[in-house]
Amino acid sequence: MSSRDRILGRVRRALADVPRDDTPYEQAVPRTYLRRHGDTDAGRTVALLAARLADYRADVHRTDPAGLPELVARLLAARGADSVVVPAGLDPGWLAAAAATAVPDRPESTPRELDRIDSVVTGCAVAVAETGTLVLDGGPGQGRRRITLVPDHHVCVVRVPAQVVSSVPEALERLDPARPLTWISGPSATSDIELDRVEGVHGPRALDVVLLADGDGPPPEPAA
Amino acid sequence: MSETFLGMPSFPAFPVAARAAVQDGTLRGNLRHATHTIRAKRAKAVAELPDWAELREAGRRIKDHTLRHLDRYLVQVEEAVTAAGGTVHWAADATEANRIVAGLVRATGESEVVKVKSMATQEIGLNEALEAEGIRAYETDLAELIVQLGRDRPSHILVPAIHRNRGEIRDVFRSEMGRWGRAAPDGLTDEPADLAEAARLHLREKFLRARVGVSGANFVVAETGTLVVVESEGNGRMCLTLPETLISVVGIEKIVPTWRDLEVFLQTLPRSSTAERMNPYTSMWTGTTDAETADGPREFHLVLLDNGRTDTLADEVGRQALRCIRCSACLNVCPVYERAGGHAYGSVYPGPIGAILSPQLRGTASAVDASLPYASSLCGACYEVCPVAIDIPEVLVHLRERVAEGGRATREGSTVVLRPARGHAVERAAMRAARWALTRPAALRTGQRIAGRARRLQPRSLPGPGRAWSASRDLPAVPAEPFRDWWRRIYGAGGTAAARPGPGGDTGKDTR
Repeated sequence: MSSRDRILGRVRRALADVPRDDTPYEQAVPRTYLRRHGDTDAGRTVALLAARLADYRADVHRTDPAGLPELVARLLAARGADSVVVPAGLDPGWLAAAAATAVPDRPESTPRELDRIDSVVTGCAVAVAETGTLVLDGGPGQGRRRITLVPDHHVCVVRVPAQVVSSVPEALERLDPARPLTWISGPSATSDIELDRVEGVHGPRALDVVLLADGDGPPPEPAA
Repeated sequence: MSETFLGMPSFPAFPVAARAAVQDGTLRGNLRHATHTIRAKRAKAVAELPDWAELREAGRRIKDHTLRHLDRYLVQVEEAVTAAGGTVHWAADATEANRIVAGLVRATGESEVVKVKSMATQEIGLNEALEAEGIRAYETDLAELIVQLGRDRPSHILVPAIHRNRGEIRDVFRSEMGRWGRAAPDGLTDEPADLAEAARLHLREKFLRARVGVSGANFVVAETGTLVVVESEGNGRMCLTLPETLISVVGIEKIVPTWRDLEVFLQTLPRSSTAERMNPYTSMWTGTTDAETADGPREFHLVLLDNGRTDTLADEVGRQALRCIRCSACLNVCPVYERAGGHAYGSVYPGPIGAILSPQLRGTASAVDASLPYASSLCGACYEVCPVAIDIPEVLVHLRERVAEGGRATREGSTVVLRPARGHAVERAAMRAARWALTRPAALRTGQRIAGRARRLQPRSLPGPGRAWSASRDLPAVPAEPFRDWWRRIYGAGGTAAARPGPGGDTGKDTR
């Protein structure tokens, strides 16, 4: 007997008490919890995202399309970045003013090569206000998962309010599970020493989040 | 067949190990500091969600439903993972799981792997099994690294090195890092940020050259074949995305039916474990990506692990332990864990959840497993904080009955009849005597009167076989007068309490 058959046989014997007409999945789980915890106002949702990102030590910046190249250039320069990984599909205008050498995200580049690059600039798939989370799905302007992992500095541009949702349930609705997904909430951290949070372990130690007013929403507030 | 192995050799019974642990002032200080820090933070993170109770209930129901139809969902996982380019393996026990993983690593031609912190691989003793095959496994989670470098044992589900304070960690890094790779920087301080930096430098080298990664998973989504790993440091992302081959060893209870179900656990797990609104990194992947996308490992293996889980599933009361999402909130609130520490539980699963999980996964044959259901005061704090509402006290009492009385249980898929455990003969005799006396009012009355009159002769501890019981407990004081005699004296036979003095007003009575 294969182990597959052995395990499935054990499971079926273990569940002899479960009736054949047991409550189906759709009725077995009450979904009485909230879809979101705040209101639906776009401006307040974006403000909450900014606050929650800052809470976990991400640096939050606000700008509009005209100000973006200048801001990205400034953020890269502030970290002394000489090189920056650029994912396929990133709007070339975003890096128009940057002095750092652009290195494309290629399948054949090795982790060691990536380790020599200072920064990475990406967009995202969705951002979750309540938890201060950015989700990347490898789509245009986001790149392979490793490019936002190995370089020590990540600049992530979020189009607001279009890419912002309030809650985790709303975020999952927008995502495609077939794509490789990375949820990022602040720079890397650990609670392993005395259960106290310390920022900065293996992932990028610096996370700059740019909230880019995309014209559909309210005018941008002054930079945070 | 082999005994189900939870990663450790035989251990002394809980009271023996705990007695040594509570004498260790440093250990108690470390544990008290850490558990109290996280307790307050967790309460705050949970209080932020007004629908916590509803999320908890939904989580309980999702897990219960999945367990009740686990055969169907296991097959669905297999189909979905295979369709997405992964390979599924089935392991009935630890030995088989270790053999599968070692074989997969050998097939790559590599002799080292990087590991994401995983309870399942600790449970099966994977590192030791790989070592025996000439394969070196590097733990990359900071706390696991501390444990591995210190040749120590994990003592907490979330923070395996919780028993170490920052000074002890610095000493381990200074003396041991050089043997495993890049040595600790000169002048390393005990600042947590400096210690984290030392770990970053030490492990960077290993991540960048790794060709094989080994992980567990927090969740497996049946409808999509998606695996989810929740972490903080980025070591998980390193192991899950940089190597060419990824092997994930996952207990069969980690399945959730749908993608949507993650909306519950991604809210409850981070808040309940590290007290964060969201943990820094969560990775989700479905099989492998195509050559054009080329994101992450080209080869993915999922090893579905039983190792005592189906035996646990067969117990209608005990199966709720399989709902556990390994948040460790129950450890952090437990008065017994706080004082005894994790090592006393003799398992990779310490604390309240370990006290119900280990004796079910391994059976109650060993001294430590037979003692674990008693490693609790039944205060219920663990149940209160559990994000999937596991009634740990209920299962503890159920397992105590199994240990003391014996009876039917399932071991390795077969029904066995357990004999009552030795050492509980006095308890059983006492219970039999109590049953006899409590069903015979006249005998009870006579016995209570005799005990009351002889109460000045009452010893401080019980003699003979009762000594074990009274070694850690005060004997209850025997009153001078049995309650029923007092009632009869004050109210008369068939009397009521109306307009009569209560016991407090009955002065001059020695209630000792």
